[in-house]
Amino acid sequence: MTHPIAQIGLMHFLIVSFLLFGAGVATILTKRNAIGILIGVELVLNAAAINFVAFNRFGWSGTGGEHATPLIHGQMFSIFIIVLAAAEAAVALAIFLNYYNTFSSIDVEAADEMKG
Amino acid sequence: MLFLAQQTASAAQSPIAPLLFIALAALTVVSAWAIVLSQNIVRMAVYLLLTLMGAAGFYFMLSAEFLAAIQLIVYAGGTLILIIFGVMLTSKDPFLQLKAAVWERVAGTFVGLILAGLLLLALVHNTLPGGGASLGDVEPHAGFAQHDTVAAIGRGLLTEYVVPFEVAGVLLLVVMIGAAYMARKRVK
Repeated sequence: MTHPIAQIGLMHFLIVSFLLFGAGVATILTKRNAIGILIGVELVLNAAAINFVAFNRFGWSGTGGEHATPLIHGQMFSIFIIVLAAAEAAVALAIFLNYYNTFSSIDVEAADEMKG
Repeated sequence: MLFLAQQTASAAQSPIAPLLFIALAALTVVSAWAIVLSQNIVRMAVYLLLTLMGAAGFYFMLSAEFLAAIQLIVYAGGTLILIIFGVMLTSKDPFLQLKAAVWERVAGTFVGLILAGLLLLALVHNTLPGGGASLGDVEPHAGFAQHDTVAAIGRGLLTEYVVPFEVAGVLLLVVMIGAAYMARKRVK
């Protein structure tokens, strides 16, 4: 019988993921630089990916059998999250370049022409 | 690779696992909150790199070696360089600071902390459907020791996940064309 702290379980990974998610939301809310907001979105996506992989490792209780694919459902979701994050970063940065050409600033507060 | 999988499959139970986990958690969480508190966009990018590397370490601990490699290559190698390019292309001074008002910073940080705290509260008060066991009692399943997850992912991408795989490929093509179109030089 080992000490409780010696057992790294699902809960520990979830705690880290929640703190990452909180940091991501706080970054989105506190930055005025558009690229800073993009960095916050990346943090939130990473928190979600860690959640998927942790549940993949700990949550599944079936038997593998001939097909090994049930082992990797959560990891597959994380792979698609990473693909979507890369695509999102590329499109967002192209938009920011256009935005910078139009407003000569990367400050999101500069886009107040529609007063929304 | 199978050897690596067997090594890491038992990593969550080995005696150094708590130390490794605490070090990785400290790296990840501290640099994530350093992003919130930092006002310099270049420093934020460097802290993001540390956070992403910590997440890759977690993937190794969770015996998802392929995902850890993808995380390092795509995120730390690709997305972060894209972000740094964006920083350099959208400011005359790379150390430009766009400060939010103090109340905005305090309120935003507070909202982030409250969200994380609510999630932690929900985690402490949870039970799993069925057994009524707490999430802390969930056992890691043993299948990882026998299986090569890299091969399983390769098989999965071409059988069960072939449609999402193709859609992701089309999406990346559309994204590349769209980004090049939007970032092109305007012809007057």
